[in-house]
Amino acid sequence: TVNEKVPNFEFRLIMARQLHARRIEGIDKNIWVDFTQLAADYKVVNLGQGFPDFSPPSYIQEALCKAVNGGCSMHQYTHAFGHPPLVSILAKFFGRVVGHEIDAFEDILVTVGAYQALFCTFQALVDEDDEVIIIEPFFDCYQPMVKMAGGKGVYVPLRPVSMEGGKALTSADWVLSSEELASKFNPRTKAIVINTPNNPLGKVYKREELQVIADLCIKHDVVCISDEVYEWLTYDGAKHVKIASLPGMWERTVTIGSGGKSFSATGWKVGWAIGAGPIVKHLKTVHQNSVYHCATAAQEAVAQGFQREYELFGTPESYFLQLPEMLNQKRKKLATCLESVGLQPILPEGGYFMISDISSLKVDLNDPSTQDEPHDYRFVKWLIKEKGLATIPVSAFYSPEHRKDFQNYIRFCFVKEDSTLNAAEDILRKWSD
Amino acid sequence: MWLELERSRHTHFPLGIHIFLQLNIVGLFFSYMNITRRTLSSACRWININCIRNISYSQCAMTSSRHINSKRIEGLDKNVWVAFTSVAADPTIVNLGQGYPDIPPPAYVKEALANAAAVDKLNQYTRGFGHPSLVKALSQVYGKVYGHQIDPFKEILVTVGGYGSLFSTMQALVEVGDEVIIIEPFFDCYVPMVRMAGATPVLIPLRLRSNKETSSVSSADWVLDPEELASKFTSKTKAIIINTPNNPIGKIFTKGELQTISDLCIKHDTLCISDEVYEWLIYKGHQHIKIATLPGMWDRTITISSAGKTFSVTGWKLGWSIGPEHLIKHLQTVMQNTLYTCPTPLQEAVAQGLLRDYELMGQPECYFSSLAVELEGKRDRMAAILQDVGMSPIIPEGGYFMCVDVTPLNQDLPHMGDDEPYDYKFVKWMIKEKVRKNQQLDATSYLRFKWHTIPFIYLTFV
Repeated sequence: TVNEKVPNFEFRLIMARQLHARRIEGIDKNIWVDFTQLAADYKVVNLGQGFPDFSPPSYIQEALCKAVNGGCSMHQYTHAFGHPPLVSILAKFFGRVVGHEIDAFEDILVTVGAYQALFCTFQALVDEDDEVIIIEPFFDCYQPMVKMAGGKGVYVPLRPVSMEGGKALTSADWVLSSEELASKFNPRTKAIVINTPNNPLGKVYKREELQVIADLCIKHDVVCISDEVYEWLTYDGAKHVKIASLPGMWERTVTIGSGGKSFSATGWKVGWAIGAGPIVKHLKTVHQNSVYHCATAAQEAVAQGFQREYELFGTPESYFLQLPEMLNQKRKKLATCLESVGLQPILPEGGYFMISDISSLKVDLNDPSTQDEPHDYRFVKWLIKEKGLATIPVSAFYSPEHRKDFQNYIRFCFVKEDSTLNAAEDILRKWSD
Repeated sequence: MWLELERSRHTHFPLGIHIFLQLNIVGLFFSYMNITRRTLSSACRWININCIRNISYSQCAMTSSRHINSKRIEGLDKNVWVAFTSVAADPTIVNLGQGYPDIPPPAYVKEALANAAAVDKLNQYTRGFGHPSLVKALSQVYGKVYGHQIDPFKEILVTVGGYGSLFSTMQALVEVGDEVIIIEPFFDCYVPMVRMAGATPVLIPLRLRSNKETSSVSSADWVLDPEELASKFTSKTKAIIINTPNNPIGKIFTKGELQTISDLCIKHDTLCISDEVYEWLIYKGHQHIKIATLPGMWDRTITISSAGKTFSVTGWKLGWSIGPEHLIKHLQTVMQNTLYTCPTPLQEAVAQGLLRDYELMGQPECYFSSLAVELEGKRDRMAAILQDVGMSPIIPEGGYFMCVDVTPLNQDLPHMGDDEPYDYKFVKWMIKEKVRKNQQLDATSYLRFKWHTIPFIYLTFV
């Protein structure tokens, strides 16, 4: 005889059928949720998640204070697709950058961070079984967003090629194979996602590289989603090129930008999508049926910021020049430190991050709780728990299919106060001694 | 005053003998069944303001047939909206925008935001599912309201307004092919959100009690037929959406009414999505009841609230969902794959506001109660004025809005076109005949919206 289990009366209160919608299956795991929690639990020097630990420029903080004290309308709903002063200045500013007129009310959608712009884009354009080409390594949210939209991610990796027999030492050494890329396009391909400057690698795509991608987009009639949140952060003379400015690309590109990254105020969550009206209107439909409005005061402050930057563009007072200059010093400092302790950095041409090859390190990762995880996850967790230094494992930025081939890199964020970088340096030196 | 008809908030009414115009502070809401493009462009001509936006659904040449929208948003762009921008300086133009207060938010809330903005750390990313100090404050406030502990990290999700909570809930819990019951009249976004989730909206109207005369009607006189409601539940029903206090009618569902709904939810094993953004705006003699507190309901209910409506800061776009972990965790999954986190300084400021009012809960100085008292005076004033001019307002028990029956005015409008609902024609007639011509507008002709504004704005029309 079998003893029947006592019925679990708790379950009677919960629905007998499946609670959650299928669209969220398989996308519940999130690296940021896990690693932010871990970094918070241990007292760490945090070079993990990408946000500055220094203040935004004072003029932008002032702009927010001014907006907060600026009368009733600052605290009530503004226009759904973007606060008029903001879309107007974005149109003016980026119109000048790309060299043609951008319609403030047709070609721009303001969103809750670039993250929501990505969401609106995928939801608006990707249907069940559409394919979306994603270049690896990629900012992790592209994969679950494509999945949630019912699409299929098709991955093509950047690969390090050694220059003149030496090691691949900069992000410029990581390239796409044109043939391999071309082979990924087929009649089901709806879009390709590019991110330049790239997170986590820091690659800044050259014009020729973007031309190869553009040619394929035009040939196969594919939309290009260009995530350019780090557009101002290029180093060593690398130039940021907007793929939307290449011939034939404006009408098929959605370019995504971030107020948070532009003004070192990631907590404001003001982003935007800029593109041809016929495409942006679909993003607006998603937006109006999901969040509808973004916070007014933050948009007003970002508008003020862009107004100032429009006037100072190209001059030494421009924050968009000062910030990369400041970060360049930090980038070099961290790279030197990592090299000196045997952690081979790949020097980024742009962005917030630097990845480092950990394969030469011999560490006893004796932690049973991480046994089944990729090597870099285990290493990062060990580094947090044992050394008090937080980083992010780079295999998180690869597709499930390719993760196992890229388990030997970890990502550092160098957009931190010098004191934070010094503290990290201390930890690393002590450890290497 | 300037004219700005905005899309955002309009509600659907059951067609019937009584024609209602929902009055809203800066917007006229009108039912718009079958509004065509031709009608919209006609409205443009009549109103004759600078249209800086051309509403055209398909005029832009599509560069490629492949760049078409996904199926999930098919037909959802046509939620009718007419966007006219104000010719701001023109004094003959009447502001008919969307629903938000034009009285300032309480000073301590604004100060809290200014203070938060000055703290470096608070300008950077915070916890995705809700800033810790905010979810802890919410846990305190609602723990008291619900009468049981609420886990700040597992049973609360902070979202971009009540709107964002509705979206997260639908995307998380509503499956393609499901049915979702919606009570009419309803806040307009429910239907497109249900459709975007691939489900079917099943509508059931509130109806005026049959023994009621149209003078002195209250929102309490608008009720559901229990049998009719029961008949809407099928094996495909995944959820029912309720909104209490209701937008636009202002109905506050009684305990008995909520019990009827919850009995059906339990019997048919469905979820309940309870939109309670106006939960504090309860007028004398009425009580707001949370359906999640009824037996058997906590485990199957998501309750949605709004900082914007609580603190008169709609432009902050912060809201929250409260519910059991086994439901909230799915909303959190949606959140981490849609916008990840809400703005930090705003969340910190709302936390400070909540903590201040938590200490004062139950006392007259608490903003949760003092706002309701303030608005009640305006509600009564507006109702009296409308009654004076021969209209029949439905006195709302709660919320921001007041609906008005204009049939007693007996305005015949054959010249306003014949393929539109009467209330839409009435509104356009009003604009054309009473506003546009800049006549001596007296109280009789100007339809006020919600009274959540300084009444003198209304009077300057005279």
